[in-house]
Amino acid sequence: MSNVLVFIEQRDGKIRKASLEALTLGRTLAAKTSGALAAVVAGSGVAGLASEIAAYGAATVYVADAPELALYSSEGYTAALDAAVTAFAPSILLVSATMMGKDLAPRLAARRRASVLPDVIDLDAVAGRLVGQRPVYSGKARATVTPNANATLQIATPRPNVFAAAKADAPGAGAVETLSLGELRIRAKVVRVETAAAGELDVAEADKIVSGGRGIKGPENWPLLRGLCHELGAALGASRAAVDAGWIDHAYQVGQTGKVVSPSLYIACGISGAIQHLAGMGSSKVIVAINKDAEAPIFKVATYGIVGDLFQIVPALTEAAKKMKS
Amino acid sequence: MNHVVCIAYVPDTDTKIKVGASGTSIDEAGVKWIVSPYDEYALEAALRAKEAKGGTVTVLTYGPAAAETGLRDGLARGADEAVRIASEGVGEADSLAVATLLAAQIKTMKADVVWLGNKGVGTDAQLVVPMLGELLDLPHVTLVTELDWKDGSVVAHREIEGATEIVEAPLPVVIGAQKSKAEPRYASLKGIMAAKKKQIAVKKPADLGVDIASMSGANAAVVWTKLELPAARQAVKLVPADDPAKAAEELLRLLREEAKVL
Ligand SMILES: Cc1cc2nc3c(=O)[nH]c(=O)nc-3n(C[C@H](O)[C@H](O)[C@H](O)COP(=O)(O)OP(=O)(O)OC[C@H]3O[C@@H](n4cnc5c(N)ncnc54)[C@H](O)[C@@H]3O)c2cc1C
Ligand SMILES: Nc1ncnc2c1ncn2[C@@H]1O[C@H](COP(=O)(O)O)[C@@H](O)[C@H]1O
Repeated sequence: MSNVLVFIEQRDGKIRKASLEALTLGRTLAAKTSGALAAVVAGSGVAGLASEIAAYGAATVYVADAPELALYSSEGYTAALDAAVTAFAPSILLVSATMMGKDLAPRLAARRRASVLPDVIDLDAVAGRLVGQRPVYSGKARATVTPNANATLQIATPRPNVFAAAKADAPGAGAVETLSLGELRIRAKVVRVETAAAGELDVAEADKIVSGGRGIKGPENWPLLRGLCHELGAALGASRAAVDAGWIDHAYQVGQTGKVVSPSLYIACGISGAIQHLAGMGSSKVIVAINKDAEAPIFKVATYGIVGDLFQIVPALTEAAKKMKS
Repeated sequence: MNHVVCIAYVPDTDTKIKVGASGTSIDEAGVKWIVSPYDEYALEAALRAKEAKGGTVTVLTYGPAAAETGLRDGLARGADEAVRIASEGVGEADSLAVATLLAAQIKTMKADVVWLGNKGVGTDAQLVVPMLGELLDLPHVTLVTELDWKDGSVVAHREIEGATEIVEAPLPVVIGAQKSKAEPRYASLKGIMAAKKKQIAVKKPADLGVDIASMSGANAAVVWTKLELPAARQAVKLVPADDPAKAAEELLRLLREEAKVL
């Protein structure tokens, strides 16, 4: 029997989809081992989220509610997660591998002298022991990873957008347990949050991405790609070549030194498909390559490809997508 | 101000990867090694801070003797000192073990800022920065693209999904460097010559009071049980592009009906 605890990330009182994916995965693992499922949420004024969390099967929802937790901090949220681990004593802890999760889970792990199966794209419990899979070496290999057989706390961070999120057939009780954290010591504090342009979807979160590389020739051509993004409900991404040329901010960069993404659809326009780019998007479900060079390596990983000039193909796609919608 | 920069020496991202005989790690024959790219950004930031405000920069690695090439490169770019924690005779060390060793060494130094790469490419674990912060009982900030200095504290720009968090933290602090606008410098010829003459301090885990056998190899907190090459993707389905409008419609049809992603 493995009791499973799942960290629920909220920003501005809204639960992140990635956390619901982790919660759904946690439910599967708990059911498999006949364990109980609990969740923990931290923030200010977040107790109301318990019913939404219960809909995904959580029997217990640990709530750390304090004004100091209104914004994320590694130390504050580690304290909250640590208190929930003490209260529930789970054998499995899941924290989605978002920017917050990747910051939080290892700090908690070190406090507990445990480790983490990081950024897994496959996760199972075999005889109560987690077994995960993850791409390594820029996606050129895949590792199977497992916690030490003697580990009492097993932690994994599932990659966002890889696992499905689905409500439970029967909701969990969602009993709220308030965590008392004592005095919080938060040294590294968020003093300000600068949000990206309004209405822009971030690549790290998007289910569909249209990405541009050196092939788009210059920043004046982003509107071409943005038009397609708009029709498909996709986020805009970029290769490092486009970022280094100063055509767009690093926040858009996909790859080894940018963001790791796993959308259901990734459309690469004028991107050659260097290994460092593939490292960031190789786990996308469907990859479309639009490139005028039939020999470009991107075609080796693409599901569909069009060998042609993006300045003709992209507007045609935008037009066709518009037609399809109406 | 004293800076410690933790450097991981890793397989070049362009290098060919083969699975080793153990079936759980790579075959190191013929592999080209580099300083992990993010660590170069970390080092660059530390060197710039030293140039602006004085102090020292020490580069630190846990690894085999070959990793001293990475440390020498750091010295050649302008670091003052270098320390290698020797991995000879140690089984596979996971992130927690690496963080434990780094923490034990850093505790013997007077560090105001401990710099790391946000992630070590290759294993891409992205675990050591927060672990090290915790083990040193210091605040940490990950995903840092920019850092401003205040008296006794730093203000870090942290790039998250769709936003930048501005984080203020008192010194000493642990920083995970993301790619930034400050491109890493090359070593000068003079720097390379000077680096050749410098001593690299080598420490064994036992010198640091760490019982590494209890946390590596079969005792590691996380073990790799298998390493394999990914299954080959299916060959690409090409849509003829002679008529862009037709090509576009056909692609959308495939995405909707065959791939079911629209
Ligand atoms: C340590 C390290 C880290 C890196 N990290 C990253 C990373 O995070 N992300 C990343 O992307 N890269 C990264 N890179 C860089 C990577 O190696 C490549 O240089 C980069 O991805 C190339 O970008 P690109 O495909 O846009 O440009 P190019 O390689 O120049 O490709 C442009 C492509 O556009 C095509 N094209 C040109 N005109 C047209 C047209 N009119 N219509 C259609 N196609 C056209 C060309 O045929 C070509 O294939 C990294 C490199 C290193 C060494
Ligand atoms: N063996 C090592 N020696 C020194 N620093 C390391 C080592 N492994 C990881 N690091 C540091 O920790 C950072 C993050 O690595 P990781 O958590 O493995 O992705 C790296 O960029 C390095 O700065």
